[in-house]
Amino acid sequence: MSQYFDLSRRGFLKSSATVGALVFGTYLAGGAPRVIAGVLAKPSESAKRANLFVALRPDGIVEITCHRSEMGQQIRTAIAQIVADEMEAAWDQVVVIQGKGDPKYGDQNTDGSRSIRYNMQRLREMGASVRYLMREAAAKRWNVSIDSCSAEQHKVTHSSGKSLSYADLVSDALNLTPPDADKVPLKKRSEWRYINTAMEHIDLKDIVTGKATFAADVLEPKALIAVVVRPPVVGGKAKSFDATAAKAIAGVVDVIEIPAPTGAPQFQPKGGVAIIAKNTWAAIKGRRALTVSWDDGKNGDYNSEAFKKDLLATVASPQSSVRKIGDAENILAKASNKLVADYYAPHLAQAPMEPPCATAMYHKDRVDVWAATQNPQADMATVAAMVGMDKEQINVHVTMLGGGFGRKSKPDFSAEAAYLSMKTGKAIRVQWTREDDIQNSFYHAVSAQHIEASLDKNGAIEAYLHRTAFSPIASTFIEGATAPLGFELRLGFTDNPINTPNMKLESGEAPAKTRVGWMRSVSNIFHAFAVQSFIAEAAHKAGRDQKDYLLDTIGPDRILDVTEQNAEYDNYGADKATYPLDISRLRQVIEKVADMSNWGRKLPKGRGLGIAAHRSFLTYVATVVEVEVSESGELDIIKSWVSIDAGTVVNTDTVKNQVQGGSIYGITAAISKGITFDEGRVQQSNFHDYRVPRMSDSPLDVEVEIIPSNAPPAGVGEPATPVYAPALCNAIFAACGKRIRQLPIGDQLKA
Amino acid sequence: MIKFTINGKTREFSGDPTTPVLWYLRDELQLTGPKFGCGMAQCGACTVHIDGVAQRSCVLPVSAVSGSRITTIEGLSEDGEHPVQQAWVEHKVPQCGYCQCGQMMQAASLLASNPTPSDDEIVQSMSGNICRCGTYPRIHKAIKSASKAMASVQYYVPDTKGEEA
Ligand code: FES
Ligand code: FES
Repeated sequence: MSQYFDLSRRGFLKSSATVGALVFGTYLAGGAPRVIAGVLAKPSESAKRANLFVALRPDGIVEITCHRSEMGQQIRTAIAQIVADEMEAAWDQVVVIQGKGDPKYGDQNTDGSRSIRYNMQRLREMGASVRYLMREAAAKRWNVSIDSCSAEQHKVTHSSGKSLSYADLVSDALNLTPPDADKVPLKKRSEWRYINTAMEHIDLKDIVTGKATFAADVLEPKALIAVVVRPPVVGGKAKSFDATAAKAIAGVVDVIEIPAPTGAPQFQPKGGVAIIAKNTWAAIKGRRALTVSWDDGKNGDYNSEAFKKDLLATVASPQSSVRKIGDAENILAKASNKLVADYYAPHLAQAPMEPPCATAMYHKDRVDVWAATQNPQADMATVAAMVGMDKEQINVHVTMLGGGFGRKSKPDFSAEAAYLSMKTGKAIRVQWTREDDIQNSFYHAVSAQHIEASLDKNGAIEAYLHRTAFSPIASTFIEGATAPLGFELRLGFTDNPINTPNMKLESGEAPAKTRVGWMRSVSNIFHAFAVQSFIAEAAHKAGRDQKDYLLDTIGPDRILDVTEQNAEYDNYGADKATYPLDISRLRQVIEKVADMSNWGRKLPKGRGLGIAAHRSFLTYVATVVEVEVSESGELDIIKSWVSIDAGTVVNTDTVKNQVQGGSIYGITAAISKGITFDEGRVQQSNFHDYRVPRMSDSPLDVEVEIIPSNAPPAGVGEPATPVYAPALCNAIFAACGKRIRQLPIGDQLKA
Repeated sequence: MIKFTINGKTREFSGDPTTPVLWYLRDELQLTGPKFGCGMAQCGACTVHIDGVAQRSCVLPVSAVSGSRITTIEGLSEDGEHPVQQAWVEHKVPQCGYCQCGQMMQAASLLASNPTPSDDEIVQSMSGNICRCGTYPRIHKAIKSASKAMASVQYYVPDTKGEEA
């Protein structure tokens, strides 16, 4: 008997509750699939493949494959929504099968906010193709024309009124040749029944009952637990270690060295020493008892204070041109009404709630891996290199991810598990602790920027110079790289929306003395912070309202093609005719969010509103933040409003949840001390000194409106993040007159 | 030998008494609802009820809970019917879901001791639970819903010490 229920009263409770505020017993309302299948559910042996993403069971149940990783964006639901809609599958006849790592799916790197953008069209076609086959099968059976047969909700109906269920048609349909993709009629938007709705996500019930399977919840195979001590400095290695005390701990079964990598870090493990034990606690205790002496290598001198000075010095002098129109330098040299500002932001760690974790089982001819990975094909390649096999021999099962944020697209943890399994011949689960995660990440880059602008007599920006310098992600792949890869600049720097006749954008070089990698929205974070803060600073200097000035500064409705200004720009890999940088859409989200927040209203003393807008991942977002700053400098974020135009969206509730969460993730940049280094070592270790937003740091209401759009789908997971810190800092300025140019905010409001 | 009740079943533990309850639950009993997030009482992912009160199982040695009644998310209700779980569904709170078992256990404990918390009391009680996906606004709203639902019916039976199933 449950300890929390009075079972004898339950009948009464249910019936009386239906008249109350909350309707009980409606778990499946909104239609979770009838056949609940967890992330590790295997395809049924009786199911036959209709195409890459759809398989049909004899009883009519449809298996839809999700080949992207689930990390809270509800991609498993979205993929099913798209396929089932076009297929006219009944929602309660659908199960989702999580695809393993396999190049046959094409790209599986769940990163860059592109799962829907890359896949929506082909998923629609695959669904529609099966619907077509069902109609054709029925037409053949009845000996009528296919045009007289329509398919709806798992049933084909003839114009005469007779009908057959999909279950009756499965074997006939599977014997037909699928039509070419371009011959398949897709639904009109007005006919969509799942796409563009807020339907409940398929894993919700598993999550609220504790049944969702994350990486550490994999029970088969039964694994030994490994906890690894890694070199504290990137590029360092173990000189020697003493495992005597560790081995004396009950439950510890082995101590194994993992070799340090050579060359660029890539996704290789850092090396170190693994304690292998029968349970997690013994492994943790064993690690505490282990003594290792380290050879730090060439990054042992990394010090964040010194590095910050170097970065600021770099942006103080001319650097390589990234984009140029007019003659900004000359005008600025002579200008009298000038605004000059330097911005700085530290390293950050993604810190997903679930620390990295993977289980591996080494066999002679293959390795099986179960991992919380965003990028299973990268696991295949990295594990293969680690154990000396071909990547086709690596079987990667993707579990639910307890958040990813970019950390889990780098599968060093899977390679550790595979290596240790190879060495022991046993199934091994590598469990990272929070300390491991904070101290061994691929960090969001530390950055400095310098901006100067001259304002004309109306306060408009007549010339604009902006320099950026940061430790580039390039260094993770190219040993010693100091210049950013093109994509790092195209995230919010090259595509600056300021409308001015004279603009010069420059990029400097900086070494990376740790592993650098992407974190939710990547370099958009610091670039949008600088640009959107600077525009608000210029508004103040010009004596204008922030929002009006922002609109005037980005200029009139137009398509901005920055490649016409001596710039390289790949537009997130998307065709610029399909996904132009459309200033009218940026203006629209600004106007919308101003409406939502009742911009311009009178506020009590100590309160302020701030606004910021930014296009990233082909999506337009504007955010308004309301804050209160007390006399003593205490910050309280009251509320936020966000307007987003992501083109066509699949699940409206998921989009809102992602935008709310992406906003709150953006608070990290403002309040966290960040990750700092001394003597090459990370100075933070857990949530007590690496601060992430808690409920007490967050607004209790983040109101989101999605701009209805028929434009092609763009990104959703990341674009709400970069606008948040500048909107927040602009609000702080409005509230108390303090301008934050260096993140984190720290004690700056107290001074 | 340490004895306690877990989700209504009596259990005995004879291993290392310094083992945190979290690892005992996860590694030995395969109750994987409680999650590991920090191991130092900073995040709340591992929250379980000890005699009806939310506690961080990652820092609680097994030796400290001798004779106690431990409840994990798996024992909070039979099939996700606790008002908190229902409110979580109603508001579609979870994103990745990793923190949510801890969040719900914390919320259930809050509502058991204070069935009608104010906005600030909710913030205070919940700020030890981190959600990196940023679902705080929905958690806050869901707790208010659950509070309303529980106020209308006597649903949750607060701690009655010594109850055995
Ligand atoms: S894991 Fe226990 S509080 Fe974080
Ligand atoms: S839902 Fe992902 S950490 Fe809370």
